[in-house]
Amino acid sequence: MTKQHKAVALISGGLDSMLAVRVLQEQGIEVEGINFFTGFCVEGHTHAIRNHDKDKQKRNNALWVAEQLGIKLHIVDVIEEYKDVLLNPKHGYGANMNPCLDCKIFMVGKAVEWVKKLHKDGFDFIVTGEVIGQRPMSQRKHTMPIISEESGADDILLRPLCAKNLPETKPEREGWVDREKLYDFHGRNRKPQIALAKQFGLHDFASPAGGCCFLTDKSYSDKLVDLWQARNSREYELDDIMLLKVGRHIRPTEEFKLIIARDAGESKFLEGYRKQYTSIHALSHSGPMALVDGELKQEQYPLAAAIVARFGQGRSADEVEIDIATPDQQRLQIKTAPLNAEEVLQEWYV
Amino acid sequence: MSRQELDARRLLCPMPVIKTQNQVAEMLPGDEIEVICTDPGALNDIPAWARINGHTVIETVQDEDEIRITVRVGA
Ligand code: SF4
Repeated sequence: MTKQHKAVALISGGLDSMLAVRVLQEQGIEVEGINFFTGFCVEGHTHAIRNHDKDKQKRNNALWVAEQLGIKLHIVDVIEEYKDVLLNPKHGYGANMNPCLDCKIFMVGKAVEWVKKLHKDGFDFIVTGEVIGQRPMSQRKHTMPIISEESGADDILLRPLCAKNLPETKPEREGWVDREKLYDFHGRNRKPQIALAKQFGLHDFASPAGGCCFLTDKSYSDKLVDLWQARNSREYELDDIMLLKVGRHIRPTEEFKLIIARDAGESKFLEGYRKQYTSIHALSHSGPMALVDGELKQEQYPLAAAIVARFGQGRSADEVEIDIATPDQQRLQIKTAPLNAEEVLQEWYV
Repeated sequence: MSRQELDARRLLCPMPVIKTQNQVAEMLPGDEIEVICTDPGALNDIPAWARINGHTVIETVQDEDEIRITVRVGA
């Protein structure tokens, strides 16, 4: 009996990695999935926070994909290690703060480590859903060998969706998979993938527009850069990068920024941070929860209160009573007139 | 058979799943783990994770602000 070969696939939650796995399953390869959580991933919680997405399935796409494929999924927390990828990308950034090429090298490298260290004899090769020319930065003909090489995967990295456009890898050479039954997809045209999905009977898959994480998003990247500039340091914690996904961010002075909820869902979410951040909300009217990031000096209280008042039901009232609570729950109430729309300067919006 | 508890309060998905997964890796088939979390995303993610990896959710209790999900470790 021939040995059944086993592969670990990088699962992002999108269609491509899903197809890559299905193609190999067709060839009798046993596949398990691995998914990396960097903290920047576009996840169910980001949709769950806001009210208007309430009806949307709050699913984790990687788990969902694994379930559709009938494979095991290992989710790995790489938040700490990822910092170095984001802060010092050897190959630079894409259109925004996305270090896609370094990110790919890092993730494939982690998969190599995972296979070699933890599952010595268990897995024979690594699979990704990469397609040549699909993404401007990481998925190009000349970046494919860079990823294989710098990750340490070399010829045990197989990309079933574009393998025919690439040199033969070990699984093909050894006859574990039939190269003829792999694909030659290239470019940004998604039609071949959609057709293949149809052929496999896959539907309802997520198709992220820009990429698999928030770092490809301009507004998110702007907020991240603003945070680094304001702190004079590029260090960050998970809470910092989570909060960049939520609320309006308004920076009236260099010292502090207000994160103001846009709806009740976000207010509830921000409430969870009141023991870590100074929080501000209206008492006399209903209105959003706001957190202060940075240093809010006493003399700035009236300004911060007037801004928060602007975003609540009391925006046209003469006076709004605002509560300011520090993380150790020292509280202060201020009565203030809300700023009017023009007084909240456009350049304050991060 | 052991029964363990995991405090995943205030963690956002997928962190509760990752913590559960890592703790379960140290447990034996038949053991039980009660995960206490606050992110409603866990209501979907933990059962999905359990189904995929051969574990069973045996109880889910949801009150005002906490969710308790008990999982029996599979073989
Ligand atoms: S979009 Fe984000 S997660 Fe995806 S490769 Fe680029 S940096 Fe990495």
